Amino acid sequence: MNPDAPCIERMGATAPGGLRLLGDWSAARLAEPAAWAQIQAGLAFAAPGDALALSWDLRGLQRLDHTGAQVLWNAWGHQWPPQLLVEPAQRAMLGRVAQYALAEPVAQRSSAWLLFLALGAKVWLLIDHLRDATRLLGQLLLDVLKLLRAPTKGPWRDVSGHLFRIGATALPITALLGFLIGVVLAYLMSLQLRQFGADSFIVNILGLSVIRELGPMLAAILVAGRSGSTITAQIGVMRVTEELDAMRVMGIPQGYRLVLPRAMAMALAMPLLAVWTSLAALFGGMLAADLTMGVTPAYFFAALPRAVEISNLTLAMGKSVVFGLLIGLIGCHYGLRVKPNTESLGQGTTASVVTSIAMVILVDALFALVFKDVGL
Amino acid sequence: MNASTAARAPGAPAVVEIDKLWSVFHTAGRDAVVHQDLNLRIVAGEFMSIVGGSGSGKTVLLRQMLGLEAPARGRVTVLGKPAAQLGADGAASRVGMLFQHGALYSAFTVLENIAFALRELGTLPQKLVREVAMVKLQMVGLEPAQAHKMPADLSGGMVKRVALARALMMDPPLLLLDEPTSGLDPDSADGFVALLRSLHQELGLTVVMVTHDLDTLFELSTRIAVVAEKHIIACGTPLQVMAHDHPFIHDFFLGARGQRAAAVLRQAPLTE
Repeated sequence: MNPDAPCIERMGATAPGGLRLLGDWSAARLAEPAAWAQIQAGLAFAAPGDALALSWDLRGLQRLDHTGAQVLWNAWGHQWPPQLLVEPAQRAMLGRVAQYALAEPVAQRSSAWLLFLALGAKVWLLIDHLRDATRLLGQLLLDVLKLLRAPTKGPWRDVSGHLFRIGATALPITALLGFLIGVVLAYLMSLQLRQFGADSFIVNILGLSVIRELGPMLAAILVAGRSGSTITAQIGVMRVTEELDAMRVMGIPQGYRLVLPRAMAMALAMPLLAVWTSLAALFGGMLAADLTMGVTPAYFFAALPRAVEISNLTLAMGKSVVFGLLIGLIGCHYGLRVKPNTESLGQGTTASVVTSIAMVILVDALFALVFKDVGL
Repeated sequence: MNASTAARAPGAPAVVEIDKLWSVFHTAGRDAVVHQDLNLRIVAGEFMSIVGGSGSGKTVLLRQMLGLEAPARGRVTVLGKPAAQLGADGAASRVGMLFQHGALYSAFTVLENIAFALRELGTLPQKLVREVAMVKLQMVGLEPAQAHKMPADLSGGMVKRVALARALMMDPPLLLLDEPTSGLDPDSADGFVALLRSLHQELGLTVVMVTHDLDTLFELSTRIAVVAEKHIIACGTPLQVMAHDHPFIHDFFLGARGQRAAAVLRQAPLTE
């Protein structure tokens, strides 16, 4: 049942002699390294014409497939050898290979001009992105107005679903990370503060940095990775499966049903998550301060309102709303731009997460500049 | 006239042997039995079509032959080995599968898709692999210029042709087709049917096809197996199967659509 490996047998000691091919000349057998080395050695001729001077006997072959036929055709230099003994089926196989043995069309090579064109395409892509983003933002504003005019007809079920998935399910992970960051920060700071005998200032430093900066940032970066990618992937898959087209055909506005609920849920969930993360970080910091420096929780609670003005919390929640909107819109933007193939889906998701994290950090810096006189 | 008579001689070796197969799916605490004591024997050189109503388990049967589903009971033997071992190394040289929607790798070009199985073996030089892939590409009726396109840029008919070329890359003796003409316009479907027939004849393939399309069915099949009531209710040449007295067969072949398609059969009888 198991056919023999392909091999070549030399016949007749006299010149020009002949070759007899034996065994199974199929793709799988030829691709065995030992067999291929042998075949290559057997078919190596000093000059291209030498192969045609020999006589070829293929009748002993157990099997010849297209790969085997191609190997022979290449060895013959794309010509029929004058002395060839073959079965009709083998001749048909070789004939097909001979008929279709065209040179593969060359893929476009790169040149300076093409590179220049590629640069131009990148610029256009950037403009295209900006235009799409502007349109998305404008559409969101119009949709919000539409919602305000008829609030009872809003996509509230979608909003609550997204709120749960973006907000509620993120509570454990944000709490854990916030707690750990709080512990680490308080521990590191306590080492420094003790040198100056300024132990009690841990409350000021930790409270301000966590509530004003770290809480919102941590929450935003986590949500961008968790939910921003989900939004892009969800909408992107809808493009791949033509669901987006189906929505358009049914006259259901994509902005109102897909973008608005996600953006709203993000804008609602982000400030709450930011406060929650800050709380967890403060709790961790409080524990660490108690253990390393003996700053009691009672003192911590008493000193925190004096050290950190309430406007800091307002600012943190305000910028979290902006972070949430940004992450939601960027997720939708890249999701809607996905083309119907798997590669584009992967690229879109990556781009969405990277862009939203970068934008969050950028916008945070802007907030720090603009509100440098508030709450400090 | 469709296949050489020698291929259907009684002594021809069995390529697929299904013995008392049970296919069971577990969904939500409930067992759905798709096949029950199903027997089927497909011999070398046949063009076997599997027909049946929607949800009768035709595609599951194909997936059983490919080893993608495991039998709950019974045996599926393909080319002398249990189907479950088919997915091991070198599967592409034993069996080719044309999936209903092509299942082309969207990250690869057409030529890379076709060449993939042979290239993965890693021994043969890249140039040879590409040459063989170009032969396959043209064998299924595609223009050489299509070689560097991406699957996303192809029409439905072209996707099927590329998928067929990919399935045939390693010249497997057994070819499975899942709805080869679905989603094609009549002209492309006719072209594809002609292509399948010529490949079946020229390469001496054993083909198993699942289809709903009666035209395709009568044009190509040397034998037909009808799946209904969880097993094969009839198996034989098209005329034998149509003569079988069963309500499903009656509705399937002798409905208005069936009458039209069977006219093809009467003009050019497939069987002796």
